[in-house]
Amino acid sequence: MSILTLFIIIPVLTVIGILLCKTHMQVKWVAVVGMSLQLISAIALILLYLAERRAGNMAEILFMQDNVWYQTLNIHFLIGVDGVSVAMIGLTSLVVFAGIFASWDIVDLPREFFTSLILLATGVFGFFICLDLFTMFLFYELAVIPMYLLIGIWGSGPRHYSAMKLTLMLMGGSALILLGIIGIYFNSAPNGGPLTFDLIKISKEHLPINVQLFLFPFLFVGFGVLGAMFPFHTWSPDGHASAPTAVSMLHAGVLMKLGGYGCYRVAVFLLPEAAHQLGWIFLILATIGVIYGALGAVWQKDLKYINAYSSVSHCALVLFAILMFNQTAMNGAIMQMISHGIMTALFFALIGMIYGRTHTRFINEMGGLMKVMPFLAVAYVIAGLASLGLPGFSGFVAEMTIFVGAFQNADVFHRVATIIAASSIVVTAVYVLRVVGVLLLGKIKNEHFETITDAKWFDKISVVTLIFGITLIGVAPLWLSDMITQGLGPIMHKLLAAAPGIIN
Amino acid sequence: MLIMRHELLLIVITVILLIVEIFLPNTQKHKIILPAVLLMAAVTVLGFFPGVPGILFGGMYQSTQLTMMLKNILNIGVLIIFIQSVDWLKQEQNKEKISEFFLLMLSTLIGMNYMISSGDFLMFYIGLELATIPIAALAAYERMKEKSAEAGVKLIFTSALSSGILLYGLSMIYGTTGTMYFADVAPLITGAPLQVLAFIFFFAGMAFKISLVPFHLWTADVYEGAPVNVASYLSVISKGAAVFIFTIILYTVFTKIAVMWSEIIYVITILTITVGNLFAMRQQNLKRFLAFSSIAQAGFILLGIIGQSQLGMTTVIYFALVYIFSNLGAFGVVGIISNRTGKETINDYDGLYRTNPNLSLVMMLSLFSLAGIPPLAGFFGKFFLFTAAAKQGYYILVLIALINTIISLYYYLLVIKAMLLNNSDRPIARFKSDWYTRLGLLMCVAGMVIIGFASSIYEVVYNLSYGLY
Repeated sequence: MSILTLFIIIPVLTVIGILLCKTHMQVKWVAVVGMSLQLISAIALILLYLAERRAGNMAEILFMQDNVWYQTLNIHFLIGVDGVSVAMIGLTSLVVFAGIFASWDIVDLPREFFTSLILLATGVFGFFICLDLFTMFLFYELAVIPMYLLIGIWGSGPRHYSAMKLTLMLMGGSALILLGIIGIYFNSAPNGGPLTFDLIKISKEHLPINVQLFLFPFLFVGFGVLGAMFPFHTWSPDGHASAPTAVSMLHAGVLMKLGGYGCYRVAVFLLPEAAHQLGWIFLILATIGVIYGALGAVWQKDLKYINAYSSVSHCALVLFAILMFNQTAMNGAIMQMISHGIMTALFFALIGMIYGRTHTRFINEMGGLMKVMPFLAVAYVIAGLASLGLPGFSGFVAEMTIFVGAFQNADVFHRVATIIAASSIVVTAVYVLRVVGVLLLGKIKNEHFETITDAKWFDKISVVTLIFGITLIGVAPLWLSDMITQGLGPIMHKLLAAAPGIIN
Repeated sequence: MLIMRHELLLIVITVILLIVEIFLPNTQKHKIILPAVLLMAAVTVLGFFPGVPGILFGGMYQSTQLTMMLKNILNIGVLIIFIQSVDWLKQEQNKEKISEFFLLMLSTLIGMNYMISSGDFLMFYIGLELATIPIAALAAYERMKEKSAEAGVKLIFTSALSSGILLYGLSMIYGTTGTMYFADVAPLITGAPLQVLAFIFFFAGMAFKISLVPFHLWTADVYEGAPVNVASYLSVISKGAAVFIFTIILYTVFTKIAVMWSEIIYVITILTITVGNLFAMRQQNLKRFLAFSSIAQAGFILLGIIGQSQLGMTTVIYFALVYIFSNLGAFGVVGIISNRTGKETINDYDGLYRTNPNLSLVMMLSLFSLAGIPPLAGFFGKFFLFTAAAKQGYYILVLIALINTIISLYYYLLVIKAMLLNNSDRPIARFKSDWYTRLGLLMCVAGMVIIGFASSIYEVVYNLSYGLY
């Protein structure tokens, strides 16, 4: 049995454990134990993976396990990982682990809360380890639907509206994906032989170009909705603003990455020629998204909205980089997913903690928080600096790689897009520094703030874990970058075969 | 004798119940419940023993592995309905006529079994009538309630009308081919204008039974007026049996005009799914809500029929199986709450999770399964239906159906929102349901969870199905 099955078994056992618990405290501890085990197995997976590669195992996919599920339809429970999915699994387990601690003070229906949260995580893990389009899609939908309950029951503000909007938009996206997957399935054997959902087998085939052109928009837009692609991003700010802390963390940190990962893993990987021909349309949308998100963040007064728009901008940058179709930019795209995942989770965790103490999220009503809660304030500054891409943090590595890669495309169109997108860095600096200035420095605006306390032990665990992740990637990015580069090999190979003109 | 095993077993238990009924004094009628449920369970189990395929009456009656499986599916559904009805039957106003409920339901089931096994149109028609008329009596079961009586009358009138239309179509088929046997009719169908007309009448008659748009107008009123358990019987068993025989006739008799009927079904599918969904969105009464949702679900089933292949028939049967468990789960919860509190609207369900968590969970799972959310069986059922339609190249149709799944998700979420998200000053009080209800709901949940993961069920269905080519 492959080590990867642990990533399904542990969450499922945790959920069963939670359902058997009697008290609130037991529920939390079962969740902590389960997700710690998950984090440990993720670290073990990364180490095992690196060891295999060092030992010279150059197979495209490692730790494969293949079980036939529906024989006549040729549906398999096929799991396996390459460098990219290992990195995403590492990200997910880190964020989920931090998310459990960030929701330590949930009072209302904790059992249901942690059950939904871990079900969501199960969906995400399943999506990253599966290589069969059917099972991938199954886990994808499994990850989306608990969101409705999580936002609807434990959220704040217009939570019913946000939850419904988010669910319907994301399921709309998944409807497009479903059509794309079925289309690919029926064209998966152009040279005869059994039809298959197997991602790796399909990637070895050459799908007819007219089929590719028909299916690519469905798949790219479908995954793009979850990746907050402009103009399908509107669920994201409302959803994030209404969601409880841990859910915002998981959602922005991990779930939105399913979109980017799906665009890369399914849409571009399986339909490279269509991607190359139609990519420019989505590149324009992605560029607009980068700038629009950043400008949107400048206008907002609500901390969660600021960060939600900033997420739109950063996630658009992922799609932007994927559509540049070269090794460096793609590498940057994956790095950006990981870096943004950890960073934005940290942001949302801190916003939740600050809100829990000040009971407001409007920056105008706050000020001088550095004096009363130094730990959280410093953490916020770190997150902010990482977000605007300061060297030494993960954001710098990712964005630098993306823009260097993007600029390698020598034609005017790509250059202009790159320059426009790169200008978002300046805008990012504006809103990050403004928030830090107003929120943390200056005078204390409300005397009620004098009495508030700094982070508790569970807050600290959550924050320190995430900061550790950011700095680890910022200071020592090479092991991650190597891992990703290896994982990108097959897709670059396919893209080069599809369009010899592009730069590797 | 063994060839007609399913029907004979049902007839035997009907007679046994009839005799037991005679010897029970009026005050002791409820004692028939346990033997009725046990006998039905025994029939269901016996149905799974391998049977002998064969034909009787010169081909009027045919029994194959496929029809045996379909009958088993219906048996399971009826067994669950029997179990779910107990709580309602024990109520004061129903005490005197408990046995009628079982006897009428069993006789419709016998009719459906004959209908599924029919090898010619005459047998098919007799089975259909036997399956329809007792249901009208069942719909008017609570005869003191005006709405229930209205439901019974509406059902009998629409059934009579649709049977008339259907019979007219059948007479044309006989007129053009000179025979009523499926096997003899099939090669003589040439697509002549009169035969096309005959098919359209036949189709319209069946569309009434399956409640496809624009022949659906009776559905919501009847479901609302009829007792919940009868409504669930109509929406699941009655509809399921009609879908089965409809598919069989399309795939064996009208093979030569498949191009034509797939065009008709194409349009009807879009109409049915869309209209069903749009009306379901606006419903407040849960029985009407489930009525329109089951119209939309019938539209999804057509996606499998239009697939025309072995995959198509498989997905139709598989989805019907999944649908039985999911819809009975939802109807079961609505039924028990209606019995205990009399509340039937969505607003009444506000805050249900806080007082009756288990019932809300069952309801949530059933609605998610109906909406097609993994890992419940409904997801697999819908996915395979889409696959079947896409295999024939109906991508636009699949896209329209997919958009409709989002609409359906919206209104299913409205109920879930009421139960889990909303708070209420006066929620439905906490109550303990009896063991029968719990068992019935547990069977539904088990079905919804297991059918998807147990791919062997799908493989069994696939091996028994056949396509046009």
